[in-house]
Amino acid sequence: MTTTAETMPYAEAIAAFEPVLGLETHVELGTASKMFCSCPTAFGADPNTQVCPVCLGLPGSMPVVNRMGVESTIRMGLALNCSIAEWCRFARKNYFYPDMPKDYQISQYDEPLCFDGWLDVTVETDDGPRAFRVEIERVHMEEDTGKLTHAGGATGRIHGADYSLVDYNRAGIPLIEIVTKPIVGTGELAPLVARAYVTELRDLMRSLGVSDVRMEEGSLRCDVNVSLNRAGDDWGTRSETKNVNSLRSVERAVRSEIERQAAVLSSGGRVIQETRHFHEDTGRSTPGRSKEQAEDYRYFPEPDLVPVAPSREWVEELRGTLPELPSAKRARLRAEWGISDHDFQTLVNGGALELVEATIAEGVDPAAARKWWTGELARIANDREIELADVPVSPGQIKHIQRLIEDGSLTDKLARQVIEGIIAGEGDVDDVVAGRGLAVVSDDSALLAAIDQALVDQPDVAEKIRGGKVQAAGAIVGAVMKATRGQADAAKVRALLFERLGVSE
Amino acid sequence: MTAITRAEVEHLARLARLQLTDDELDHYAGQLDVILQSVARVSEVAAEDIPPTSHPIPVQNVFRDDVARPGLDRSAVAAGAPAWEDDRFRVPRILDEE
Repeated sequence: MTTTAETMPYAEAIAAFEPVLGLETHVELGTASKMFCSCPTAFGADPNTQVCPVCLGLPGSMPVVNRMGVESTIRMGLALNCSIAEWCRFARKNYFYPDMPKDYQISQYDEPLCFDGWLDVTVETDDGPRAFRVEIERVHMEEDTGKLTHAGGATGRIHGADYSLVDYNRAGIPLIEIVTKPIVGTGELAPLVARAYVTELRDLMRSLGVSDVRMEEGSLRCDVNVSLNRAGDDWGTRSETKNVNSLRSVERAVRSEIERQAAVLSSGGRVIQETRHFHEDTGRSTPGRSKEQAEDYRYFPEPDLVPVAPSREWVEELRGTLPELPSAKRARLRAEWGISDHDFQTLVNGGALELVEATIAEGVDPAAARKWWTGELARIANDREIELADVPVSPGQIKHIQRLIEDGSLTDKLARQVIEGIIAGEGDVDDVVAGRGLAVVSDDSALLAAIDQALVDQPDVAEKIRGGKVQAAGAIVGAVMKATRGQADAAKVRALLFERLGVSE
Repeated sequence: MTAITRAEVEHLARLARLQLTDDELDHYAGQLDVILQSVARVSEVAAEDIPPTSHPIPVQNVFRDDVARPGLDRSAVAAGAPAWEDDRFRVPRILDEE
């Protein structure tokens, strides 16, 4: 089903309306076991092999809370400057949908574990970086749902499917939901602020170690609320766009919804409160359930679980485990590396910060570390349309390669071939160097033999050089490079050649 | 005064995927009303200083360590499924009602 929604060009939409955003972000925690049972949480296991009576909702089974799930949520709440509830409960969210076999999801309702926090984010504008404070409404605990595959029908999508298949491995994996307060005053920067916020959340969770946030595996999912109003008017009716699963899509979803609502409003129409589904392929959304009638979850306190009442001692103990947070770390690294705001932002935007940091920690010179990750490796990531972190080359391998360059065993050109080999699965650095025969020919006698051969092959050139025409040396150096299959250091060949002929440059 | 209206019962029935006839709605609305009014009497004796409880035993903070253990054997899982295909539960088409 497709809907060709009329849209208004973005600049025009922003000139006429002010956007108000709200973001609900769900992130799977990186615990070893599920939130309410001991089933493993490994990604990619065979369907329905990580399930038990609790997460299958079998009669008589009883949930027990995973302490790590509570601790991770409190730590995230603290990192988001939230207050931590002294007492709170879980709640049942009732709905009939086969992704939850219990016919309810255990969540939290009016008593979230963490509330009233904030997160500062920075977006790049033409006038330099601009900071926004995003207020956090709440952070609460819940469980993920099973995974549906729609079968039959022509499209493989839910519409037109004949039936669905369900894998409950994901059902019960701990989730935290982070909800912002309405974000106002962002104007045309709204899509960038939304993206910066989700990026910062991701980095925060990674630095806390509560989740590795593998977005391509769907471990972070965002619901984007957008409304528009004319300056001075009350806030408009909001829509909620679900299924927004990448940083780029967060930005696109906000932008496309502003363009859509602006077109509706400016033609005298009314925005309806509804859930919309975002489509990665088109960057547009289509209407889903109409909220006004579909949502009635009849929350009530979960009778199978007792309240969670974190003592202040426990909270302070957890506060003591917080690492240096990403914003503080960025400020420190920028100062330590002594690079410009612009260069630093390039590293951050390219996803290179952690990789450069790790490479420097391996003992590589900062400038060389930056050069690799923003140069050759960024190019490879770009060509393959993958995240830099997913390029299968490690900071340790970069250290190894850099060391070989520094001791003259590799040239930059050969080093790039080593990287190519690692990515092609030819093994570690030494394996590729040996397998492809990539070591620089630095043995003087071997180079001199090649030089002598080239001089014999090109006697006229040899004569010119002896006569003082040093620019003719290129032909000999070229022949030597060819003979050594590019594995000699050209500058060294040149020096040896002049030495051989008794000519000074 | 009624504690629950017929319209509310109809709404609840729809949420619970129960299809009730008009006669049944009248019948159950009356019965539920009696039940709710009886339960409501509790609030007449509950004083301001008695906090509402959601759990019969006064315990809190019951947690387990984050240790993974194998779950059920898949053949056992499949044995409990009404329909099974491709190692997954097979369920009827969704969104029919939209």
